Amino acid sequence: MLIKKPADIRPSEITSETNYLNRRQFMGAGSIAGASLLAGPALAAVVPLGDRAKLPDVRKSPFSTSEEPNSYEDITTYNNYYEFGTGKGDPFRNAQDFEARPWSVTVDGHAEKTGTFDFDDFIKPFDLEERIYRMRCVEAWSMVIPWIGISLADVVKHHQPTSKAKYVAFETLHDPKRMPGQRRRVLDWPYREGLTIAEATNALTILAVGVYGESMPNQNGAPIRLVVPWKYGFKGIKGIVRISFTEERPPVSWNISAPHEYGFYANVNPEVDHPRWSQASERRIGSGLFAARIPTQMFNGYGDQVAHLYDGLDLRKNY
Amino acid sequence: MNTLQRVRFVGKPIVFMLCLVPALLVVGDAFNLTGQLSANPVEDILDRFGNWGLRFIMVALAVTPLRRITGWNWLARFRRMLGLFAFFYVLMHFVVWLLLDRALAVDPAFQWGIVWEDLTERPFITIGFAALLLLTAMALTSTNGMRRRLRKNWDRLHYGAYAVGILGVWHYWWQVKQDILEPLIYAIILAVLLGLRLYWKHRRAPSN
Repeated sequence: MLIKKPADIRPSEITSETNYLNRRQFMGAGSIAGASLLAGPALAAVVPLGDRAKLPDVRKSPFSTSEEPNSYEDITTYNNYYEFGTGKGDPFRNAQDFEARPWSVTVDGHAEKTGTFDFDDFIKPFDLEERIYRMRCVEAWSMVIPWIGISLADVVKHHQPTSKAKYVAFETLHDPKRMPGQRRRVLDWPYREGLTIAEATNALTILAVGVYGESMPNQNGAPIRLVVPWKYGFKGIKGIVRISFTEERPPVSWNISAPHEYGFYANVNPEVDHPRWSQASERRIGSGLFAARIPTQMFNGYGDQVAHLYDGLDLRKNY
Repeated sequence: MNTLQRVRFVGKPIVFMLCLVPALLVVGDAFNLTGQLSANPVEDILDRFGNWGLRFIMVALAVTPLRRITGWNWLARFRRMLGLFAFFYVLMHFVVWLLLDRALAVDPAFQWGIVWEDLTERPFITIGFAALLLLTAMALTSTNGMRRRLRKNWDRLHYGAYAVGILGVWHYWWQVKQDILEPLIYAIILAVLLGLRLYWKHRRAPSN
């Protein structure tokens, strides 16, 4: 118990070199396809079945950073996904056999178009976009990840929230048989997250269904997860099965478990430290053993797009 | 060979080599020889040295109870070496934190002020550093000569091993984000090791 088991599969075995190189070719092809898409009518987005399936018709986004993305290995072997264990390597090890199909997403609450949708039907109306975002974990490390996703603003609009919908709440699958981490009550399962309606409809917020041009790996939150790049990573709830439009602020998992350490907003903020550690700097994953820390940016560098959402709000109190 | 010779010429060299294995594996993994470090190698090394420091503190604290239970008095001959390895791993944990995690060794913009802030304003770091200071004092006075010179004070100082155990587990517990299972296991082991001493002390007291 005290001695951590080494990984069954070494990270280097995950991607063959040819696959890795083909990825670049595919991305190139994707951008051409994406460009032609811009001119024509939007095609339905359907994420194919199977592991590492390539996603069709992915558009580029002006919101992408030009920073070098982390390797596929970094992104898929170093994860926080407590549903598959609390160690960083646990999700990679324990989520290999997880079947993310069939999958349905329930939309409920204050909206006109509610119901339970098969995953493919749920995302079908929306365009796939690549968004290369910085991801800053509350534990003071960061990555750059080429997500593939759909705009949450589009999803919200599609389901026609009523004027009572002030918040959007999310819930992860709760199935201890398939998610071994849920057999221990480390968190109050199911994992829950939430955004204000303004945050949910901000242009940066996406529901991601893939990385590196391929369908979402299990350990990263297959088949669909939230990505809110100006907030700490734990806001990016994974394996979503329920989206609710609520009038009241929904309870969120880390805030339930440690309210003095994790607030509802959880915006990246170098000036407001975690009670136990500094948030002023971060370690960029993939920079190796001998790299300096980098300064953490306000709103993770996305202030131009989101700072206005918090005008007049005391970010020290509303952490 | 008598027992003393066996301890000295066979037991100690073997235990010494075994105690070095975790450190060698860190080096081996860093060069991709024995395995691989995680995507966050600094954190990986930091955690491994810290974990082994705590394990060696527990092992060193287990020597005396084990000796009492089994009657194997030769076990006491390993106590100093195990304690020094605890010091070694905790020191490496600190050195990696300072040089690589806080990046003293690699960051031209490194500021001592930030390290000072960590040591004084982040309680879990403060108590970890206190444990290191205590261990350092014990390591420096671990020679036979120092033991003779310090007399009763030597015993007083080296009772600090109990404090090191408590501070070490506390440091780990406080640092963990949510899953306290591992620090809890250390806490239980520590409670048993210290509890046995208290039990023996109390049982003996009335008869004296």
